[in-house]
Amino acid sequence: MKELMIILFSAILVNNYPLSKFLGICPFLGVSKKLDSAVGMSAAVIFVMLMATAATWPIYDMLLEPNGLAYLQTIVFILVIAALVQLVETILKKYVPALYKALGVYLPLITTNCAVLGVTVLNITENYNFVESMVNSLGAGLGFMLAMVLFAGVRTRLENIDAPKYFQGLPITLLAASLVSASFIGFSGVVDGLFM
Amino acid sequence: MKKNKLSILTNGIIKENPVLVLVLGTCPTLATTTSAINGLGMGVAATAVLVFSNLLISLLKSVIPDKVRIPCYIVVIAGLVTVVQMLVQAYAIDLYNALGVFLPLIVVNCIILGRAEMFASKNSPLDSALDGLGMGMGFTLTLFMMGSIRELLGSGSIFGVSVLSTPIAIFGVAPGGFIVFGCLVALVNKITEGKAIKKKEFSCADCPVASVCGQSKLACEKGEC
Repeated sequence: MKELMIILFSAILVNNYPLSKFLGICPFLGVSKKLDSAVGMSAAVIFVMLMATAATWPIYDMLLEPNGLAYLQTIVFILVIAALVQLVETILKKYVPALYKALGVYLPLITTNCAVLGVTVLNITENYNFVESMVNSLGAGLGFMLAMVLFAGVRTRLENIDAPKYFQGLPITLLAASLVSASFIGFSGVVDGLFM
Repeated sequence: MKKNKLSILTNGIIKENPVLVLVLGTCPTLATTTSAINGLGMGVAATAVLVFSNLLISLLKSVIPDKVRIPCYIVVIAGLVTVVQMLVQAYAIDLYNALGVFLPLIVVNCIILGRAEMFASKNSPLDSALDGLGMGMGFTLTLFMMGSIRELLGSGSIFGVSVLSTPIAIFGVAPGGFIVFGCLVALVNKITEGKAIKKKEFSCADCPVASVCGQSKLACEKGEC
């Protein structure tokens, strides 16, 4: 249990995906302008990360690894994720319209989100078992949500500042992201101490 | 739409630099530029994939049915990435370890899918390969430049040779990546006299693969288009 908690909180705080590992920067910069879309996007990411891990981990462990096909990992994972996202979208649309309404618009663009493919690949390279992989994916997703929500708050403030001409827009947003990211450096080392 | 070969090649290096003007492939740009050599390695690996994916997709464009083109592109790209991954692992194991997860993640690099969709699916194989080479060179040069700046400031060295005695460690870690990237984009805005600034509202909707990933739909539903 303690190991799982360490994995979870490391993924949320220390190895925060967009801010420390640079995974999922595109949605982090692109969809963080408004709080509600930031929350919707992150919820969809958490959902897809968990689904993708639940699908890719058994495939790797039971199909690819025993048959010496581990080198096909990249191709298989991206196809599984793409197909899964399509499938989930169709199912949600038909049977759970309320959830589809909340997450649906964000689902297709998650296929090409590097955080999702990244978390499934990292679960394999870190040699996590199935439960640890799921916990790590949950942590990665929650960490993504935390970063998105915090940054959405920062960006509403950014709208009102008078930045130098050439820094307007993307450059000043990146500088703000660097400050948010710097604050997350403070978490390194915290997690091990938390569960002594 | 006939353009001469040289302008296709240089287009990606300066005018439509994929990182600093089109703002694509931000994740590997920020993550792998902790040193000049890593940035260079990432750039070369991505360029190799880009040239061959553009070439193959251009050759296959009459065979691939329009409705399933994106999955087809992804299979082609993922296959090439696997080849590159194996080559790097065999011949440059240090680079393989340094790039880590970002090597397989070349698959989801928007530059590659973007050029396949925007250029290779409409142009001849030779032009597509040249476009891939130009874009790849633009990507590589930018990564190399960022890597050099961050290595010089962050660990006080160039190509591992120590130059500065008091490095500023923050440039070597995550926040430094954002700072250097932000300043470079601002610099490009300044040099182009704000011509690139039309790109100032960065959002997925401006991304050339927006039609692929459905972001344009998102923007419309949010009433932003």
